[in-house]
Order: sequence, then structure tokens, then C-alpha cells
Amino acid sequence: MDTLLRAEDRGGPAQPLLLATGLRKHFPVGGGLFGSGRKVVRAVDDLTLSVEKGETLGVVGESGCGKSTVARLLIRLIRPDQGSVVLDGDPVDEPHGISVSELRRQVQMVFQDSYASLNPRLTIAETLAFAPKAHGVPAAEARERTHDLLAKVGLDPKSFADRYPHELSGGQRQRVNIARALALRPRLVILDEAVSALDKSVEAQVLNMLVDLKTELELTYLFISHDLNVVQYLSDRVLVMYLGKIVELGPVEAIYGDPRHPYTRALLSARPSMDPRKRTREAPIQGDPPNPIDPPSGCRFRTRCPFAEDVCARVEPALADAGAQAVACHMQVKGSGHSKAAV
Amino acid sequence: MSNLLEVRDLCVTFVTPDRTVHAVNGMSFDLRRGETLGILGESGSGKSVTLRSILRLHPERRTRWSGSIRLEGDEVLEMGPRALSDLRGGRVAMIFQEPATAFDPVFTIGQQIAETIRRHTGKSDTDAWRRARELLELVRIPSPAQRLKAYPHEMSGGMRQRAMIALALSCNPSLLLADEPTTALDATVQIQVLLLVRELQREFDLGVIFVTHDIGVAVEVSDRIGVMYAGKIIEMAPVAEMVDAPQHPYSRGLLASTVHGGMRGQRLEAIPGAPPDLATAPTACSFAPRCRFAEARCTAAPPPLAAVAEGHQVRCVLAA
Ligand SMILES: Nc1ncnc2c1ncn2[C@@H]1O[C@H](COP(=O)(O)OP(=O)(O)OP(=O)(O)O)[C@@H](O)[C@H]1O
Ligand SMILES: Nc1ncnc2c1ncn2[C@@H]1O[C@H](COP(=O)(O)OP(=O)(O)OP(=O)(O)O)[C@@H](O)[C@H]1O
Ligand code: SF4
Ligand code: SF4
Ligand SMILES: [Mg+2]
Ligand SMILES: [Mg+2]
Repeated sequence: MDTLLRAEDRGGPAQPLLLATGLRKHFPVGGGLFGSGRKVVRAVDDLTLSVEKGETLGVVGESGCGKSTVARLLIRLIRPDQGSVVLDGDPVDEPHGISVSELRRQVQMVFQDSYASLNPRLTIAETLAFAPKAHGVPAAEARERTHDLLAKVGLDPKSFADRYPHELSGGQRQRVNIARALALRPRLVILDEAVSALDKSVEAQVLNMLVDLKTELELTYLFISHDLNVVQYLSDRVLVMYLGKIVELGPVEAIYGDPRHPYTRALLSARPSMDPRKRTREAPIQGDPPNPIDPPSGCRFRTRCPFAEDVCARVEPALADAGAQAVACHMQVKGSGHSKAAV
Repeated sequence: MSNLLEVRDLCVTFVTPDRTVHAVNGMSFDLRRGETLGILGESGSGKSVTLRSILRLHPERRTRWSGSIRLEGDEVLEMGPRALSDLRGGRVAMIFQEPATAFDPVFTIGQQIAETIRRHTGKSDTDAWRRARELLELVRIPSPAQRLKAYPHEMSGGMRQRAMIALALSCNPSLLLADEPTTALDATVQIQVLLLVRELQREFDLGVIFVTHDIGVAVEVSDRIGVMYAGKIIEMAPVAEMVDAPQHPYSRGLLASTVHGGMRGQRLEAIPGAPPDLATAPTACSFAPRCRFAEARCTAAPPPLAAVAEGHQVRCVLAA
């Protein structure tokens, strides 16, 4: 009866579900308009991360820091310039590994723009049955599965299966997108700003649903968002990016309770206060993020960092253990030459 | 003490050949001089339509109005072209989410600010440019003299937003309308711009209406907060009271469903359903289909606005 089985766990519980090593993506830009050409956006630079089985890994950082590029690299929507991706022990797109299409069955993605990502000419049921059919699921089974999926995301199949995308609200469309991502029984779901366009009252519904689905379907999430509160709510571990690099990575309690990188601290204290008696008096850092085309030498945060010293311009800080997390800052590294580092 | 702005029973309906939208359905509020009113509401609740009404920016042919908007005693809905142009270019200024709409891409920031100043104050060229430079300094744009020569696309998002604020202040308005001006900005830049708006408001004693869907943003800037739903203010209260003791079931739901630190592991109290379609004018409490306290009288007629405390009004039968 069930044509499409979920991929088996292969590597065992300690094997990361997804391991990306040394990912790099530089986009060439310019040419024509500004003369010279030959410039590149360093969207993602030598980034290594793992996603453990059953966890939710949150990814935060400001606009343009490379969050979506990481996601697109992980499911090979774009090719990395360098680096490898390993899914549960199997290298992707390598002789002894798994194919890109197998990767994309096991790893699904949900985007922010719920309208643009649904085909306006297909009914919801047709949209949801599309991928399973393409993977050889017979029509009758695909239909049944569609109804099942709609029910799972809280949409009454009788009333929604035959509607078109324009007949749905934003929250309903995003539920359909999530249902579609689940149609192939993935193990990992990458949610890229998946709730960002929703109103708060609807966002809460979808977040509750994501929590339920994760338990019910034993999913692993990579949750990308610029909303620090939502990331804190959902994530087990959190990865903070700045201009294409990881600046801090660790358990959610450590990142929010004891942030070590000056950028993480600034990001957290830039959150508007919810208490009118304790309004923000001073912005934690000044200025805008610099252009990723020509990022600062050494530590990319140094142009906005209140603690920047000579060493920060000369040497790029590596991600190293500090407390419960890993931090890329010279202040955290013994003998780095920074005056605030231990010697 | 007269109010800077008085809005009474404002209704705005858009009528196009294929549909009718009852965007604003009886808005009433006052704004004092030097006061910041935050208007909080979800997408489609009528926040932008309300702000644009104050400048009468809607397409005249497709828009039906009723009610009254008085700015320093003058009725905006009855203004002729002359008074309207005075209103738009001087007494009231507006800033938006997307600064690109405020600037013309083919002129420098300096040309545009100086030209606006010249037109509205009759200052000489030199004086207008000097004033433009002062304004860029005021909004903390680094190296303002150089920045005057920049085109809009040569500035970062945060910088353009500051330049738009400078442009808005160039005609010495008494009322500033802010339509989600920080929504598209990064977190670390957003807080800088919020603090700037707060500071300029104080320095120029501006009346400000700040529209947002983000409670935290409203709390940072507002003296009072009005919560909008389906084209109406359903609750209005001083900011602390709104946060501590919201009364309307929708405001309470909105606050409860907003995720913040310390909620990990808890189930969120989501409001079921979605906001209503605005194709017909409301004849009942618009929130009734989503409200767990709804009863017969909620759907019999729109509930009146009831005062529950000094300066605190709620549009719900439970508060009446
Ligand atoms: N196809 C592309 N060509 C050129 N530059 C690109 C391309 N895709 C992304 N970039 C650039 O790479 C950088 C990282 O972009 P990315 O979309 O990954 O950021 P992000 O963190 O997802 O931002 P946001 O929060 O705005 O979604 C940006 O400077 C972006 O302009
Ligand atoms: N010129 C117009 N013609 C027809 N309908 C309009 C027009 N302007 C706004 N509307 C409609 O009026 C309603 C209220 O829109 P408005 O832009 O005020 O919402 P908003 O609260 O600002 O939402 P958002 O948070 O998404 O900006 C919406 O249904 C919108 O589609
Ligand atoms: S390495 Fe230097 S510039 Fe970078 S965050 Fe640490 S102190 Fe700041
Ligand atoms: S009037 Fe009735 S339906 Fe409306 S909010 Fe109050 S209790 Fe709920
Ligand atoms: Mg992105
Ligand atoms: Mg709006």
C-alpha cells in the first residue's frame, strides 16, 4: 500500500543527519554598471556545520549574511564553489555517495513567500500530489496521502483540497507549503523564514503546528529566521552568522543566556523592549552591516565592534570553544594578542 | 488644550468594478501636540489606509469617505487643492517602509532635500543646501557634506531611511506619520532608527502616529497604543496599561500569541482563524468569529467603545 517509504536511519543516532564541511559560495557581481567587474559577493565563506538527528538548529543573522545561501547549498539548489555535504554518512553527489535527487527527497525546504512558491493553476490537492506522483506513487494512493497531509497541517481536506492558491489566506498557504514539504516523507525540513510573513496571531498557530509535526513525524529542523524570539522558542542549538561566517554556535540556553561574541550580544540587545518602563536607551552598535562584496580583513565584525584592536584587522578569528558554545572572537582565545584575552 | 488631530467616525471604502473593500470602518481618535500614538494591527487591518487618509492620498474616484479629520481645527476632507498641497508639503510629513518611494532615483539626496526646502520656505539656494546639511547631521548620517552628493541607490538601507526622515523634517511639520519605517531594516539598524525618531519627536515637539505590526516597536516609541482590527480601533490605552492589562479579547490574544524569551517549551496561545474579508461593512463585532467569549449580542450590532479607565477605551460588549 505504501509506495513511498521514508529513508532508513543509516548512521545511527550519533551520526549527524547532515554534515556540511568548508562550504563556500562567492557570487560574481557587477561588470557593466560599475565598470571594473570581477567583484564577488562572499555570501558564504568556509562554513562548517552539522545538524544532529532530531534537533532544531536555528540560524540567525541580519539580511544578506548568507542564511538562504547556506540553505540553498545544503539542498544543492546551487553548487558550492568548495566544500562537501554528507547526509547521514553518505556524501552527496560523489561516486560512493547519494545522488542530488535522493538528497532532495530526504531534505525538503519551505520558503517565506508562500504565494510565489505555489503554482496558481494547480489546486491544492494537485500541488500536494505532484512530487509523490513524480516519485512513482500511484494516483489513488497520492490522493489519499494528500488528504492525510492536509489534515496534518490543520486544513479540512473536504474544504481545501480543490481550492486554488488565491483562495487561501497567507497562513493557509504557508500550511500548504509545509504539507508539500512533508509529502515525500523527508527527514530534515529546512524552514527559511517560513513564518516571517505571517501575522502574529497566525504565526503562533503555525509554530504550534511545527512543534507537533516534528514529534509526530520524527523530523529534524533547520530553522532560519531573523526573528530572535521565534528562534529561541523553537531551537535546541543556534548558529549566528555575520557576513558569510559563523560567529557563534551553541545550545540555545548558552547563546541567549551567556552570549560571548560581541555581535551576538548586540543582536540580542537590539531587540525592542516589551516593557515601557525599560525602553532601550542606547543602540548597542552603530552603523549598517558592511557590504559583503568587500568584507573587512581579519574579523569581519571589526568595523562595528566596540572591542576591535589591531589583531582583529590582521588575523581572522577561528571558531573555538568558549563556555558551552563555539565563538569566533579573539577575546575568547588565550594568547590571541587581544588585550581582553587570557594570556 | 486643543488637539493637534481629531479623527471622528472615519470610514473609507474602495469601490472598483470588481470589488468593494471596507478598509476603515469608523475610526475615532485624538492626537495631542507632541504625543506619539502607536497604531498596532495585523496585515490588512487598515493601518496604512488610515495614515494615507490624513493626507488624502487615496485615488479620489474610487474612494468613498465619511466622517471627519481635523488638523489643528481644519477639516482635511473638505480641503481644496491649495490647502491640500500645503498640508502634504508642510504641516504633515510621512515616512514609509520603503524609502525608495520617497526619493527620485535620478537626483542626489541633497538636490531633493534642498529643493523641497526652497519650495516650502523660499530660502535661497545656499541657505537651502546649508539647511539640508544640518538635517543630515541631525539624523546622524556620517560625513553629511559628502552624502548630500550621493544618489539614493548609493546608500545602505538604514542610511536611506535616515535621509527620508531628514526629507520629512525639512518642512517643519507639526505631524509626522510613520508607516512601518523600520520593518525592512535589520535588527541592529532598526533600534537606531527607532531611537532617532523618539529623539527627533522630542526635539521638535512633533505629534507622531507610528504604525506597526510589531508590539515591541510600538512599546519603544508610543505614549499611547491603539489596536486596530478590521478597520477599527478596538482598544486604546496608555502604553503601560496596554501591555500590563489589555482588555479586548483580540488585544489579549495578540499579546499572548507574540513569542518572546522564556516561552520555550510552552504551547503558544494562538488565536484561531484569520481576519475577516472586508467586502461588506461590519454589522457585528468583527472579531466574533474568532472570539471564544462571543455571545448573541456580539453579532446583533457592532459593540460601542466603552471607557474602562482614564484614557483607556475598549470596543467589546464585555467591557461595556
Ligand atoms: N544569485 C545571487 N547572485 C548574486 N548575489 C547573490 C545571489 N544570491 C545571494 N546573493 C548575495 O549573497 C549575500 C547573501 O544572501 P542571502 O540571500 O543568503 O542572505 P540572507 O541571510 O538569506 O538574507 P535575508 O535575511 O535578507 O534573507 C547577499 O549579499 C546577497 O545579495
Ligand atoms: N487603493 C486601494 N484600493 C482598494 N483596496 C485597497 C486600497 N488600499 C488599501 N486597500 C485594501 O484595504 C485594506 C486595508 O489595507 P491597509 O493597507 O490599510 O492595511 P495595513 O493595515 O496597512 O496592512 P499591512 O500591515 O499589510 O501594511 C486591505 O484589504 C487592502 O487590500
Ligand atoms: S575578533 Fe576583535 S573585532 Fe572581532 S568580535 Fe572579537 S574583539 Fe570584536
Ligand atoms: S464583543 Fe463579543 S465577540 Fe467581540 S470581542 Fe467582545 S466578547 Fe468577543
Ligand atoms: Mg534569506
Ligand atoms: Mg500597511
